[in-house]
Amino acid sequence: MRAALIALLGAGLVLGLGVARGAPEDDRKAFQDFYTERFPDTPFEDFANGLYSIDENRREEWEQMEEFPQYEFDIDAGEELFHEPFANGKGYADCFPDYESGVRQNYPHWDPGRAEVVTMELAINLCREQHGEKPLKYYRGPLAQISAYLAYLSRGNVIDVKVPADDPRALAAYEEGKRHYYSRRGQLNFSCASCHVDAVGRLLRAELVGPALGQVSHFPVFRKTWREITTLHRSYAACSRQLRAASFGPQSREYRNLEFFHTYMSNGIPLNGPGSRH
Amino acid sequence: MGRFSETVLAVTIAAASIAGAGSVTSAVAASMIDEGREIALDRRKGNCMACHVIAGATLPGNIGPPLVAMKARFPDKAKLRAQIWDSSQINPRTLMPPFGRHGILTEDEIDKVVEFVHSL
Ligand code: HEC
Ligand code: HEC
Repeated sequence: MRAALIALLGAGLVLGLGVARGAPEDDRKAFQDFYTERFPDTPFEDFANGLYSIDENRREEWEQMEEFPQYEFDIDAGEELFHEPFANGKGYADCFPDYESGVRQNYPHWDPGRAEVVTMELAINLCREQHGEKPLKYYRGPLAQISAYLAYLSRGNVIDVKVPADDPRALAAYEEGKRHYYSRRGQLNFSCASCHVDAVGRLLRAELVGPALGQVSHFPVFRKTWREITTLHRSYAACSRQLRAASFGPQSREYRNLEFFHTYMSNGIPLNGPGSRH
Repeated sequence: MGRFSETVLAVTIAAASIAGAGSVTSAVAASMIDEGREIALDRRKGNCMACHVIAGATLPGNIGPPLVAMKARFPDKAKLRAQIWDSSQINPRTLMPPFGRHGILTEDEIDKVVEFVHSL
């Protein structure tokens, strides 16, 4: 066990300290190799199932949850909200014309015009603003439900985030997200990688720490403990609190850049949101 | 797993024989140990069981090694204190929070936790 731990920490070292240089593709390869070597029994695409891709017992419980998924209500609610016209007579379909074949795989993406990373949730609110509607709150509620509906229609599409090579600002956003992932912060001095890379598959008290590969594929998630559908940045904030660090706001530049890096690391994983979690 | 458990077992046996040889724990030390246990197992303080198997804690984590046979592992209490005060001095990539350096525990609380852990 000690040897395994040291090997793990060593792997973290390679991943963590290679921060400054290296094209995103080199990062992605090293990141994915780490998990596929650490969990040789998990087929690559199964990492889409997060924690449950590495633990049999929890997987059985989860499969039972998925038989009568609580997020079904949210998909239906999201569908209704999506098709409710705005005051100006337009609707979300005008912003997402391809929604039926799935659009979530196009997010997050670098938007050169806005000079920032646009996530699915931000795009929903930008659509509202464009049509004179007030933005929705980001963690839960109607926006999470619309996001769940769009995720559902995107199931099976493969994550393929791009960092356009011809725009150094896109690479800078990616690098900022990556630095966030590997920087230790907060009173407890953890980074995201401390837990999801170095301690992956281990128990933090009774909680098994899941792999970062595939972590973004099933959002938004219906969390049993929170009893509602919630967005990815709600999980970011919850983990920041585990570090006893201040969390950045939902859809803050920091979290969008973090999502840009975090999702790039899962390129090749099929989308399977929304998901159920404990 | 195997090799590590064997080491733990060997060390546990060694520690047991040391403890048997001379139990001279004073009443003061005993109360330090009790207070240290409370701090170590308090979720808002040490929360050591988040990562370590530790006597008296249910559902422990396993991110760090089990805290057993500590007298044998740390004959020098100062080294044990240093590990708890700021483990990153010993292993820069450690996952263990720097309890002293980041003020998660006070100096006095760390002294008590050291007494408790050393008694394990
Ligand atoms: C102290 C340990 C720890 C740290 C540090 C940590 N996490 Fe987590 N995280 C967990 C645990 C435990 C869970 C729940 C089990 C799981 O799904 O991995 C979790 C869950 C998540 C989830 C939800 C996974 C899902 O499938 O629903 C995301 C996303 C996430 N973490 C991202 C992050 C990010 C980003 C950071 C850094 C800002 C971070 N975590 C820092 C321990 C940690
Ligand atoms: C978030 C995880 C975590 C927490 C919380 C934690 N530790 Fe650790 N601890 C570790 C890890 C990992 C190691 C292995 C060595 C290293 O990486 O520094 C370790 C090593 C140790 C060691 C050295 C063990 C040996 O045999 O070398 C001692 C002693 C120790 N911890 C005591 C404590 C005490 C006391 C607390 C609570 C006040 C605590 N730890 C809380 C993760 C943790």
